[in-house]
Amino acid sequence: MTLFWILGVLLVASAVFVISQRKPVYSVVGLLFHFAVLAVFFLTLNAEFLAVIQIVIYSGATLILFVFVIALLSSGVAPFSVGPNRMPKAAIPAGLIAFVALALVVYGILRAPLVNAPRAATTSIPGAVGAPNVFGSVADFGKALFTTHLLPFEMTAFILMVAVIGVVALAGETTPFVPSLRRARIIEREMREALLRGGEE
Amino acid sequence: MNEAALPVAIVNYIALSAVILFIGAAGVMLRRNPLIMLMSIELMWNAANLLFLAFARAWLNNAGHIFAFIVITVAAAEAAIGLAIVVVVFRSAQTVDVDEVASLKG
Repeated sequence: MTLFWILGVLLVASAVFVISQRKPVYSVVGLLFHFAVLAVFFLTLNAEFLAVIQIVIYSGATLILFVFVIALLSSGVAPFSVGPNRMPKAAIPAGLIAFVALALVVYGILRAPLVNAPRAATTSIPGAVGAPNVFGSVADFGKALFTTHLLPFEMTAFILMVAVIGVVALAGETTPFVPSLRRARIIEREMREALLRGGEE
Repeated sequence: MNEAALPVAIVNYIALSAVILFIGAAGVMLRRNPLIMLMSIELMWNAANLLFLAFARAWLNNAGHIFAFIVITVAAAEAAIGLAIVVVVFRSAQTVDVDEVASLKG
């Protein structure tokens, strides 16, 4: 109970930190903290395998990707490390409306007639985190992943392969699909001149 | 303490997840830096993940864990492709302000 509120306050505070920072690098650090707290949260929900891959995939892979992109773009012409910080004109009324909507949603959720699930719906027995063959242990998760839910697992492999091909096609050395703005303007001017010449002849 | 019960009632998890989801949505709508917008999308993915795991724990059913696993995979793919798009846009337009990338505007 106390742990839930401590972790919840940390989660919300780090989420606000992520979206309120001026420099993206600070946001990455806030997101790293957010994911670490979330991994602890997953442990309190008996999801030990997902707590580990939360750290490995998000903190180890995705956030490093963010840091690399920030470093890559900072070395160019623009001081990307600062980045645009302009707020849209409607920021304050939009924020107020969003806050009221959030308050209504949370109020509705807290008043909703939800019940905790009955004991009869179990597929496996609960137990302490780290104990073998209880709900949420690695063996339990792996058994479900490779027997009942094998097709979704295979589809994640396909999704990752498509993502890899897409990234190489988008950001590779030669980008046949994305002409630069300058080249597009040159092509446009040449086409216009060709049209004018055609009109004269 | 009953082993089968959640640490706190399920409504608390739903409320916390909704709060984080709204913070992420506010980040996408308010910030004009594409990297921070992508990070806000990651926040929203994780709010959904938290709820999947909370319900999986409440019903003691593994399907929520599988779904959270798929969500993490898709989020990683989305982050990789989104960052590649940011790099390509920066390379061609020399700007990272999403409002200035408006060449499709009629």
